[in-house]
Amino acid sequence: MANVKLKNVVKNYGSLEVVHGINLDVDHNEFVVFVGPSGCGKSTTLRMIAGLEKISGGEISIGDRVVNELPPRARNISMVFQNYALYPHMTVRENLGFTLRIAKKPQSEIDQAVAEASAILSLDPYLDRRPGELSGGQRQRVAMGRAIVRHPDIFLFDEPLSNLDAKLRAQMRVEIKKLHQKVQTTIIYVTHDQVEAMTLADRIVIMRDGYIEQQGTPLEVFEKPVNTFVATFIGSPPMNLLHGRADNSGKNITLDDGVNVAMPSRLAGKYADKDIIFGFRADNIMPVGHTLPQGDESVEIDMTVTLTEPLGAETLLFGEIGGTQVQAKMLNPRIVKPGEKLTFQIDLEKCHVFDAQSEMVLD
Amino acid sequence: MAMDINDKHRLKNRLLKAGHLIALFIAMCIICVPGLWVVVNSFRPTVEIMAKPPVWIPTEFNLDHYRAMFGAVGEGGIPVVRYFTNSLIISVTSTLIALLVGMAGGYAFARYRFKGKAAIFVGMMLTRAVPGIALSLPLFIVFARVGIIDTHFGLILAYVAMNVPFTIWLIDGFFRQVPKELAEAAEIDGCTRWQAFWKVEFPVAKAGIASAGIFAFLTSWNEYALASQLTRSVNSKTMPVGLLDFTSEFTLNWGGMSALAVVMIIPALILTFIVQKHLIAGLTFGGVKG
Ligand SMILES: Nc1ncnc2c1ncn2[C@@H]1O[C@H](COP(=O)(O)OP(=O)(O)OP(=O)(O)O)[C@@H](O)[C@H]1O
Ligand SMILES: [Mg+2]
Repeated sequence: MANVKLKNVVKNYGSLEVVHGINLDVDHNEFVVFVGPSGCGKSTTLRMIAGLEKISGGEISIGDRVVNELPPRARNISMVFQNYALYPHMTVRENLGFTLRIAKKPQSEIDQAVAEASAILSLDPYLDRRPGELSGGQRQRVAMGRAIVRHPDIFLFDEPLSNLDAKLRAQMRVEIKKLHQKVQTTIIYVTHDQVEAMTLADRIVIMRDGYIEQQGTPLEVFEKPVNTFVATFIGSPPMNLLHGRADNSGKNITLDDGVNVAMPSRLAGKYADKDIIFGFRADNIMPVGHTLPQGDESVEIDMTVTLTEPLGAETLLFGEIGGTQVQAKMLNPRIVKPGEKLTFQIDLEKCHVFDAQSEMVLD
Repeated sequence: MAMDINDKHRLKNRLLKAGHLIALFIAMCIICVPGLWVVVNSFRPTVEIMAKPPVWIPTEFNLDHYRAMFGAVGEGGIPVVRYFTNSLIISVTSTLIALLVGMAGGYAFARYRFKGKAAIFVGMMLTRAVPGIALSLPLFIVFARVGIIDTHFGLILAYVAMNVPFTIWLIDGFFRQVPKELAEAAEIDGCTRWQAFWKVEFPVAKAGIASAGIFAFLTSWNEYALASQLTRSVNSKTMPVGLLDFTSEFTLNWGGMSALAVVMIIPALILTFIVQKHLIAGLTFGGVKG
């Protein structure tokens, strides 16, 4: 059993507070991904869990032990670093076996564990090479192998794929997911790539400026973002956000350029006379005739296409509503010329309304 | 036409390469000739060394100077073995101490943040700006008072002080190149801070530390200015000071000096060679990317 609990965890560097009282429960065997823009404190939080960074306040427990003051070696964790941090003076074999050698395990046990890890990650051809003689992807696998050999309670990953090219990254993503199914261990994974977060996580933790903005399953954070930050951070392309105002009946919204749309019916009448932000994803605004089957509620809106991005099965259309750029999707695409004016359908059921002041979702 | 251009370039490249080689040869001659001259002279009869005009191509080789040097005092002999052991003890000990202190200090400068770090660093570098010879009189007086003139301990102390700022500076640079994630990975793999240093950071920085060692050793081994003041007898005289035994009121025994110089050069060469082959050759980077 290795769940991880963070209670009001704070980190300061001198007078600068970079993590502000984080609360988080990670269950046994859960795959949790920290995601957020650069500098938001993901690595710092991970390093505090690892014991590489002292915590300035609060409490971290692993299993049922409070580990605040324990050194990394006493926490039974493994960590894969962004730059891999392989021991350059040792062969791959020695790198893999290092932790067991330190633990003074018998040689036969070390050999067996190394062989096992090497088989899982197909490292056999490289066992006698030094890290300097491996490619980036191979180094990355060795770093993962070194983490597996330890049979830790928790795996910690700090952006392990960010040095790889796109194809290799997709491949390693699958490897990591398989690994999780195979070794059945708690994993905490840091990335700033929301695709990685969506595809890997059981639960996503979205951080900004040292605060947790939202946590939940990938679908939850995608479908029910609590604020505009999460709405634009998760999902690709980012959610379209338009400023507007709810009228005094609370049933209509006037967008900045005077376009009127209906308030989604679940919110109708609840917020009258209020500045709001109207949000919808590209998947929910599509040109008439190229849409998904529509729900009961939809509105039509005219927009001039300024740019297109054909992706094959669909085409991304860029346009402007009230001076704000909007991205729309076109299914079964036909060729669209920039400057063409199309009528789009917005699926109101899938739209989000945020408070313009606090940027928090209204529901 | 195309062929012509290619031929032209090939010719040009060849000429350039030949030019490089010739320039290199001349430079090497200038660097090596004095050393070679010392070696050659140690095997030549004094008459030939002193001949005017110089005899460039030696006509006779013998070991007379070596025989005399190792021979009895009074027949041109000097206590070479004592000088050699003094040199060895003093250089090796002071190098080891300077390396240990240098590693501790260099590591601290590379890894930790503490108050006055920059000032201490600059201060240490400034000590290198003081010429050793300027310190010889004050050192002499202090050492005389304390009673460590003409002892191994005295010279070792002086050499350690002389070398430490430099070893710290060099080793700091090498530890800076070792990413700190390596030690962190080791700690997570079960090492204590101390084990992480010795099992990971030290081996990775080893080549650099060894080069600092060579440097410290050679500085002590060849040092003359301080040693000439702080030593007086076979108790502690080192080889560079021993060279002066070959000067007398009216003559300079060039042959003997050359012979002793060769005895001095050989261990330094051997050491440099061994250390280089075993440590520098295995320069180990590439454990991290990015
Ligand atoms: N040693 C330090 N001293 C002072 N501030 C620091 C230190 N280390 C990190 N910080 C600050 O703490 C904040 C969080 O850093 P952290 O490394 O956790 O960001 P991150 O979310 O991992 O970003 P990235 O995606 O770029 O890796 C940053 O604003 C950073 O400037
Ligand atoms: Mg980071």
